[in-house]
Amino acid sequence: MEWSVLQQYGPSLLKGFGNTILCWALGTVFGMALGLVIALIQRYAPRWVTWIVQAYIEVIRGTPFLVQLFVLYYGGPLVGLRLDALPAGLLGLTIYGSPYFAEIFRSGFRAVPDGQIEAARAIGMSESDIVRRILLPLGLVSALPALVNFSIILTKETVILSIITVPELLYQVQRMSAETFRYVEANLVLALFFWGLVETISRVGLRLEARITKHLIERT
Amino acid sequence: MLAASSVEMRKVNKYYGKFQALKDIELSIPPGKVTCLIGPSGSGKSTLLRCINFLEEYDSGEVRIDGQLIGYDAPNKKMSGRRLREMRRSIGMVFQQFNLWPHMTARENVAEGLIRVRRISKADADRRASEALAKVGLADKSASHPSRLSGGQQQRVAIARAIAMEPKLMLFDEPTSALDPELVGEVLSVMRTLAGEGMTMVVVTHEMGFAAHVADQVGFMEKGELVSVDSPDRILHRPEDARIQSFLRTYHERNSF
Ligand SMILES: Nc1ncnc2c1ncn2[C@@H]1O[C@H](COP(=O)(O)OP(=O)(O)OP(=O)(O)O)[C@@H](O)[C@H]1O
Ligand SMILES: [Mg+2]
Repeated sequence: MEWSVLQQYGPSLLKGFGNTILCWALGTVFGMALGLVIALIQRYAPRWVTWIVQAYIEVIRGTPFLVQLFVLYYGGPLVGLRLDALPAGLLGLTIYGSPYFAEIFRSGFRAVPDGQIEAARAIGMSESDIVRRILLPLGLVSALPALVNFSIILTKETVILSIITVPELLYQVQRMSAETFRYVEANLVLALFFWGLVETISRVGLRLEARITKHLIERT
Repeated sequence: MLAASSVEMRKVNKYYGKFQALKDIELSIPPGKVTCLIGPSGSGKSTLLRCINFLEEYDSGEVRIDGQLIGYDAPNKKMSGRRLREMRRSIGMVFQQFNLWPHMTARENVAEGLIRVRRISKADADRRASEALAKVGLADKSASHPSRLSGGQQQRVAIARAIAMEPKLMLFDEPTSALDPELVGEVLSVMRTLAGEGMTMVVVTHEMGFAAHVADQVGFMEKGELVSVDSPDRILHRPEDARIQSFLRTYHERNSF
């Protein structure tokens, strides 16, 4: 092992890690937002709209992320969509994650007992109030573990962004390996960073879960 | 005295696919009176009750609250969501499974409708919610979440949630069936108080004692038909219809030891 190269490459590795976190965080947030919109459309929109959305879900889930990125980054310009690597990567992650998040929200909504929705209807609450006050808060609670889980899966998808030259962690690690032939050290750094990130997310997720379900658990 | 609604059901039919759950229901519910509905499981009691606030959409016939058709503007023309919500504001409903919102405290459960539907300020809503909770004997539980309450307490919160909206009609769908026997009394006693105040109540129940002592009329249902509506005495003590006799016989066998 030769750790001195790390001194030289430390800054660029850190920067790469920063980009990884950025892509992951924004990709997750936007992907969740899009997924939530899709789940609400699936629940409330007219039948023909839900079919279109369902087709989108099938296409995105049925193709590899890598292919989607290629189409977006290299195919985009052909239809006038010219994006830099980083924005293209973010958009790609958002699109890639959205159908999975949508499914998670959908089953979260399904876990809200019909009776609690009916109770709201029975006192004359509007559908939009029912969504905001009952369906979303309760649906989110049941969806939370799966949301955290898929966010963790997404951290690892960020490495694919290196293929369209987003300067994230894997990109920097590969550069360092190519220039110094220190493959083992470079990949250990990669593993270590990801382990730290995943560990942090799952801990925060567990805390969040404990906090928001505190009142919901039946006294025994 | 409260302002109390009347309900008129005329030739109401309801289908689930090919299955007919309600057959030509004719029922008059006078204002300020208590109507109990009894009958075997699957006979359509819940379906009938839920047609009154249009949680269940009837397919033909008329359901009128104080003369106003609910659910439809004309046959086959659905009422707008806004109009339906307006009508529902004055109809309270209590469910077998309580259906409290678990992420809200007892007081928040009661205040929610006042804030979102009646558009009352948060402070006023809280005050009225506390009053409603006091009325059902739960003043000290207003900060508790449903998960910290017993079944009987949860059901009383659900009643408070309904009466805080100042309804003119209350629908109860087996309000005590999910409760342990020792908790049934506290819920029935709240309902008895409401009845005494002149609330129009429609109660689906298996509590024959309540029906006998509190109801002004009792309806017996079987296989989607409202077989008979009459005084509690004539339905529960001197039934003429063989179907009612056999239902009550089964009931008494099950409840004696
Ligand atoms: N959503 C539905 N889809 C299809 N069939 C239904 C539906 N809801 C009720 N039914 C059927 O309609 C009939 C009447 O049901 P309902 O719930 O009104 O009976 P009930 O008298 O309230 O019975 P219980 O005492 O068990 O509550 C039953 O045979 C039931 O299976
Ligand atoms: Mg029922």
